[in-house]
Amino acid sequence: MTIHLKIWRQKDSNTPGRLVDYTLDDVNPDMSFLEMLDWLNERLMNEGKEPVEFDHDCREGICGSCNLVLNGMAHGPYEATAVCQLHMRKYKDGDTIVVEPWRAKAFPMIKDLVVDRSAFDRIMAAGGYISVNTGAPADANAIPVDKYNADLAFDYAACIGCGACVAACPNSSASLFTGAKISQLAHLPQGNPERKRRVVRMVDQMAEEGFGDCSNYAECEAVCPAEISITSIAKMRREYFNALSEIE
Amino acid sequence: MTVSNNGTLNSRVPDGNLQDKWDNHKNNLRLVNPANKRKFTVLVVGTGLAGASAAASLAELGYNVKAFTILDSPRRSHSIAAQGGINAAKNYPNDGDTIWRLFHDTIKGGDYRSREANVYRLAQVSNSIIDQCVAQGVPFAREYGGLLDNRSFGGAQVSRTFYARGQTGQQLLLGAYSAMMRQVATGKIQMFPRREMLDLVKVDGKAKGIVTRNLTTGEIERYAGDAVLLCTGGYGNVYYLSTMAKNCNATAIWRCYKRGAQFGNPSFTQIHPTCIPVSGKYQSKLTLMSESLRNDGRVWVPMKKGDNRPPNEIPEEDRDYYLERRYPSFGNLAPRDVSSRSAKYVCDEGRGVGKSGLAVYMDFADSIKRLGADVIRARYGNLFAMYEKITAENPYEVPMRIFPAVHFTMGGLWVDYNLSSNIPGLYVLGEANFADHGGNRLGASALMQGLADGYFVIPYTLSDYLAENLHSEKIGTDHEAFDKAEKETTDRISKLLNVKGKKTVLDFHRELGDLMWDNVGMSRNRENLESVIKKISELREEFWKDVNIPGENNTLNKYLEYALRVADYMELGELMARDALDREESCGGHFREEHQTEDGEAVRDDENFSNVSSWEYKGEDKEPEKHVEDLNFEFVTPTQRSYK
Repeated sequence: MTIHLKIWRQKDSNTPGRLVDYTLDDVNPDMSFLEMLDWLNERLMNEGKEPVEFDHDCREGICGSCNLVLNGMAHGPYEATAVCQLHMRKYKDGDTIVVEPWRAKAFPMIKDLVVDRSAFDRIMAAGGYISVNTGAPADANAIPVDKYNADLAFDYAACIGCGACVAACPNSSASLFTGAKISQLAHLPQGNPERKRRVVRMVDQMAEEGFGDCSNYAECEAVCPAEISITSIAKMRREYFNALSEIE
Repeated sequence: MTVSNNGTLNSRVPDGNLQDKWDNHKNNLRLVNPANKRKFTVLVVGTGLAGASAAASLAELGYNVKAFTILDSPRRSHSIAAQGGINAAKNYPNDGDTIWRLFHDTIKGGDYRSREANVYRLAQVSNSIIDQCVAQGVPFAREYGGLLDNRSFGGAQVSRTFYARGQTGQQLLLGAYSAMMRQVATGKIQMFPRREMLDLVKVDGKAKGIVTRNLTTGEIERYAGDAVLLCTGGYGNVYYLSTMAKNCNATAIWRCYKRGAQFGNPSFTQIHPTCIPVSGKYQSKLTLMSESLRNDGRVWVPMKKGDNRPPNEIPEEDRDYYLERRYPSFGNLAPRDVSSRSAKYVCDEGRGVGKSGLAVYMDFADSIKRLGADVIRARYGNLFAMYEKITAENPYEVPMRIFPAVHFTMGGLWVDYNLSSNIPGLYVLGEANFADHGGNRLGASALMQGLADGYFVIPYTLSDYLAENLHSEKIGTDHEAFDKAEKETTDRISKLLNVKGKKTVLDFHRELGDLMWDNVGMSRNRENLESVIKKISELREEFWKDVNIPGENNTLNKYLEYALRVADYMELGELMARDALDREESCGGHFREEHQTEDGEAVRDDENFSNVSSWEYKGEDKEPEKHVEDLNFEFVTPTQRSYK
């Protein structure tokens, strides 16, 4: 099949970028989207041109490396699918696809489709953990966790940290990402001792990194490949409010 | 080739009863006092389960840690993709599990090619891993009563596997990552993302630092430390196609090999029987389908060569359920290595299915008839959905197509009981070392090993080395050894960039992968191995004459990164073939056609090969030297595996 691509090319953060047109006339429908980009890069290199840089690693939807906006949709048009798991058979012969990186002030440009997402690591360092040293904690079964809360904690813990939520949000908010971790730990008894300190520090760090706030657009939930629910944002707000009112 | 079993390889396994070795050893290891810990800097390369757990644990103790990852965040390391679970001998289900049993299953599963003392320690600390992870908030599966759930995995007779849906690796890694980020906040860990280690710096024979390339700017950077921990994972990507992530590579361990660290059992590779088959030349990566599918799927191919009818039109009498036929007592649950090999044989006979002929059917029709589609959906719904996403075929209606794929490398840098390589100060943890899985790894034990090494072994054994080196001179990055390592690295990069040939890195990697898969894969023989050693060496020569690398060094350039990795695969692949040729027996994943019974089963040679082959680099264009560490089985008796 033939696919027309308009791909964002940018040398570095100091040089303006632009969309460049490419046409591939031998795309196999069984290729994944990233394999099509590999294919394009092979061709570019054989023509002596510079390949398109993009982040990728596991190519099975779990590492969160891939970060492409396709025709305005983070991770492309299919629900609960990271772009590495999107296959070309989902497109029609002759389709045009605009390929862009995540765009957010807190994710500075590195090159082409690669951006710097280290702000997420700093939000995690602000409090996305339980303070327990390696050693000899109590037996794993010493603290029972009811199945309902354990399953909910898992649902939130499934976040792959890709940043699609930020890319999709008109405010470039990282609320879904931050709320997912806060909600995971708030649903577990192990997370209780640091509950208030955690939410305040993580939310403050999110603002400091330059992410916007949440206005309940819910675009994040729509694009999340791990299907994280925006109830996590509601939970984060409730936790934050409770924490502030008591810390006062 | 020289064989030596004295001098260079001291396993440092402590004396005494198997059950007491680790405790006694800990009693004898030297400690570093808290005020002195902050005088030491430890370089941790790689931040998967082994690296993240080691970095966090050492920082908690007060050491200064510098941690390096090739990815943009430690949270993306490939441990994240492990699905099934993690073993521990908790015996929560009361089904008779013990530390001894976990030890025994693991050493037997490894076909008696690992050290008793290491494997026993692994089983001993397995329970602490579960406690640690639960305390961190890892959301393992639970029962309604609130306690942890366990399942049986990989044909084990007890239910000792802890799991977090099909994403156990992700949850364990995020637990270790969170512990690490907590130490980043305290300043005890300095994180260096998008850095690739390109050389080891040795001073007076000891590991004293590393040279890295900043993958964003191309800058070559120097880092000095009192010890270097390699936690850089396996080297399955030598085969081009594997279930490994695209960035997994062998460069860090290979650069250390070339600086004198010995490489243990390089040919030991695990090839997993149930992966989604290759669909075309453009394929970049293989996806694993959980082994649990074999509980209800029946594996078959057409009886006759060239039978191109759709599977549902092939009548029962024209099908060959070859696993059930050859292994009536284990049937479709025959072990990984046996199942993989059998699939290869039927495809070699021309009876493979699908467009490429490199696949076999795994058919759920009988199970659906017997149990109903709802039961099958409850058991495997997510796997069936994943299969359909990738292949666009509905496995409730047509049989799945599966084929074996490279999945794990049991070989790796040689380490002693302390996880120290033969270079003092260079430690190797997790899949990067050769230590615990012998000739074949059991399911749900890779996660266990990575975390055991990082949380519960290295904090003890490293202090012994550092205590001894408390008064040794600190080496700065201005030392001439750094100059030399940096220069060699920049020279290698410029040489590669200046080749300006015609073929892309991918072309070469594919060619190497084909050579490795065909000759150093599931079934190996002398003739092929001898000829492939030559072919790899020719391909390597061509690579350095004709590779085309785009762009510059001083920018993000993923094809340059890739070229540096493939250059190392070209050398490692040859060593793997050499090791496979040298090991004149069949054991675990290493099957030599010359060493099999009349009906095609593996024959081990305990008389001559109850040992570790450890290879030492002797210089460019020189044959490596083999050293041997004998494996002494004092507590278990090696038996021949049989699945008939």
